[in-house]
Amino acid sequence: MSDPATVSALQSAAPAAGAPLLDIAGLTVLLEVHGENRAVLRDVSLTVRPGEAVGLVGESGSGKSMTARAIDRLLPRGAEVHGSIRFGGSDVNRLAGADLRRYRNQVAMIFQDPRAHTNPVRRIGDFMTEALQANLAVSAAEARRRAIDMLTQVGIDDGARRLRQYPHQMSGGMLQRVMIAAALLTKPRLLLADEPTTALDVTTQAEVMAILDGLRREFGLAMLFITHDLDLAAAICDRTAVMYAGQIVEIRASALLHDDPLHPYTAALAAARPDIAQTAPRLRAIPGRPLSAFEAPPQECAFAQRCPYATDACRADVPGLAELDGGLSRCVRAHELRGRLGGAPDE
Amino acid sequence: MSEASDAPVLQAAGLRKEFGKLVAVDDVSFDLPPGRSLAIVGESGSGKTTIARMIVGLERPTGGTITACGHDRSRPARSTRDRRRRGREVQIVFQDPYTSLDPRQTAEATIDEVLRLHHGWRADRRQARTAQLIDLVGLDTRQARALPRSLSGGQRQRVAIARALAAQPAILILDESVAALDVSIQAQVLNLLADIRDETHVSYILISHDLAVVRQLTDEAIVLHRGKVVERGRTARVLDHPEHPYTQRLRASVPRPGWKPRRRRQPGAGEENGVS
Amino acid sequence: MSTGVPAAAIDAPRFRALTSVRATGAAGVVSAIVVVAATFVAVFGPLLAPYDPELPNLDLAWIGPTGGHLLGFDVQGRDVLSRLLVGAQTSMLGPLVVVIISMITGVLLAIVAAWRRGAADAVISSGLDILFAFPGILLAVLATAVFGAGLPAAAIALSLAYMPYVARVLRGAAFRERSQPYVAALEVQGASATSICLRHLIPNTLPLIVAQATILFGYAMIDLAAISFLGLGVQPPRPDWGVMISENQTGIVQGYPLPALAPGLCIVAVVVAVNVLGERLFEQAQTARG
Repeated sequence: MSDPATVSALQSAAPAAGAPLLDIAGLTVLLEVHGENRAVLRDVSLTVRPGEAVGLVGESGSGKSMTARAIDRLLPRGAEVHGSIRFGGSDVNRLAGADLRRYRNQVAMIFQDPRAHTNPVRRIGDFMTEALQANLAVSAAEARRRAIDMLTQVGIDDGARRLRQYPHQMSGGMLQRVMIAAALLTKPRLLLADEPTTALDVTTQAEVMAILDGLRREFGLAMLFITHDLDLAAAICDRTAVMYAGQIVEIRASALLHDDPLHPYTAALAAARPDIAQTAPRLRAIPGRPLSAFEAPPQECAFAQRCPYATDACRADVPGLAELDGGLSRCVRAHELRGRLGGAPDE
Repeated sequence: MSEASDAPVLQAAGLRKEFGKLVAVDDVSFDLPPGRSLAIVGESGSGKTTIARMIVGLERPTGGTITACGHDRSRPARSTRDRRRRGREVQIVFQDPYTSLDPRQTAEATIDEVLRLHHGWRADRRQARTAQLIDLVGLDTRQARALPRSLSGGQRQRVAIARALAAQPAILILDESVAALDVSIQAQVLNLLADIRDETHVSYILISHDLAVVRQLTDEAIVLHRGKVVERGRTARVLDHPEHPYTQRLRASVPRPGWKPRRRRQPGAGEENGVS
Repeated sequence: MSTGVPAAAIDAPRFRALTSVRATGAAGVVSAIVVVAATFVAVFGPLLAPYDPELPNLDLAWIGPTGGHLLGFDVQGRDVLSRLLVGAQTSMLGPLVVVIISMITGVLLAIVAAWRRGAADAVISSGLDILFAFPGILLAVLATAVFGAGLPAAAIALSLAYMPYVARVLRGAAFRERSQPYVAALEVQGASATSICLRHLIPNTLPLIVAQATILFGYAMIDLAAISFLGLGVQPPRPDWGVMISENQTGIVQGYPLPALAPGLCIVAVVVAVNVLGERLFEQAQTARG
């Protein structure tokens, strides 16, 4: 489903560092809801290079979480998948048995709610060491040693005591740090962080983000960081992809995202957020509400009905991703709108 | 409501709440001048939600007093009539749009029920007022006749706001009311809240951990940490020149363009223990 | 894939009884027919019965289906079909009374426990725990010992035995609803406890109430038939499906199974139909909640 132009644009836009670790091309996913097949992802193409951190930002229905689940092969039964997800060259959807287990060790997922993903009747130590012992044939004593060491790295000092504790004896922030430690134990090559700090207090979030960022760099891991917060993604990711209605609408170097965005949606998202440094007389809200992939009109730009810059050209066909200034944009007017998007848009 | 007097429309003095041995709220005092908006800022375990619940009567203070519109409400209401009167003084909009509406009631029915509670009006007058409120919160008639499950989070929150306003309260408590909304919807609802304030002169108490939202909507702020007020003042001053170390830390933790997270020197120390 | 923002997603809440039954599939329709038929017979049975259900004629005992007697004659030479039709009254009415009494009392206790929480909940729960100790049939036997054999005593005793089950199941659901923010919002508005419980708590636990009622009907029907079988419920010569099984059981080993099997099959048919219908209605009520 992905046209060659998009794929080559994608590859040339990415920083030159060899073959991508994660290569998603033309990913389209349909789910069955109330008897009808609904698209949740449309032609998603994204690459993550070894050691690179890429942010994936979007609102409800954008498809960001679904993308993470597709990568980790956690889609619901009956999902129809088109396009490809390649990890280290292999097609993820064709993996089975031992290969799949190995893949799951190389891609570690950190979920939003640690309590929902830990067994409340098992100790932290059991939870942390089971993957090491089962999949990587590490001895129990060695696994424990590594677990304690990793806990120290995430800022939990009394590791031996913590290993004997149960999840309910820890606060949300501490449990999320444990999850990060557990994710790093299997020495993955890619971290999939799905809104890992959304449920945390803002001060705890800052701490956890710092730990995540620090350790990722130290171990040289690649990361796909999913969030609804543009500034949060930009803080620790080299590049950020913005999703809307199941599509990628922009991929840009994080440093340039705020002041020089390439898509009106990115600009509108940044402008809609209140500013901690000043009170605006009125916030620049986007009219309407975020669409899911299946709600988007099939033959035009998904954002056109809410976009202040929409023209007839935008409603003629679904725009493709095009290269611009080292980034990618799905806006047909991206070139002419450059320079006008960051800052005050004309309404 | 006359604005002739400068007497605060809500006053809390020495508020205290204990849950067994845990002190959730410790000696909290603040005033809300009429027509102004106050933010109660804090993270989990700060006691901010407990304070909101005490003000509306869902929790009983262990100590201290609360006065709203000149009436004391430190003790639970004696009669249903008293509770209804208090409902016309202070109302609340909760955080979660998915559970703050009865799933079996349309928006119209939800508002109508509240109108019937507070006024002995005939059906046509109630209908007119319902339509007015629906319009005030930016919904159309089709959405008004819908069940909550057909409405988005932002739309549900508008219904919750309309329901609260149906009682014509002097004070509206917004308990993290925009925290669960998408960024673009949050902006719409914040604009709506500002418009409503301009039109009805209601006073807001905004409970929030989101400093940017606090800046946008409020004039005054108090910062809570583990049940105590650590800082208070005009919102702009508190956010631009925080004096207390906790407020400074809070301010430094907010993601914004160019922000980078930094590890504190004592990793692991000072973890918040949440009060559920 | 649909185009544009879904305009038809808004649906209005109207309970369309007939279409909702039609939407429940073949099993649901058949069950509904069975239940309606049984109810019809329960109401009009005496008018429909071709022969006197209580007139014995020992010369005709055990004779199989002939002429106008579609199901033959029973142990005392009475027309089985007529007895079935007239017996439907007590066989359906008894369980209905039991369900009504136990559901009303059970729901009330559950709602009160959930609303007031704390001490009231503890007292109610303890009281129910005590009642749990008594099986229905035991209570029925006790009741008949005190008040004499007959349907009323048995039905009331059974209601008392079922009440704690209803209360326990509904208490959980009621607690969940009571803790929802929309209930808090109504409290802050100043709505009275009664109006919140009647207008909001009960309607929102309706799926469970409906399911519970239909399950209970089945149990009550079987338990009451058993009680009548034991001779403690409906007294012969009044026709009742449970009594009929009791009276005609000797026929099974003698080679005349029909007079005992026919009422047995009726009981099974009605219980299954009520359960299937109840399950479908439960699903309907669940989706109405969204």
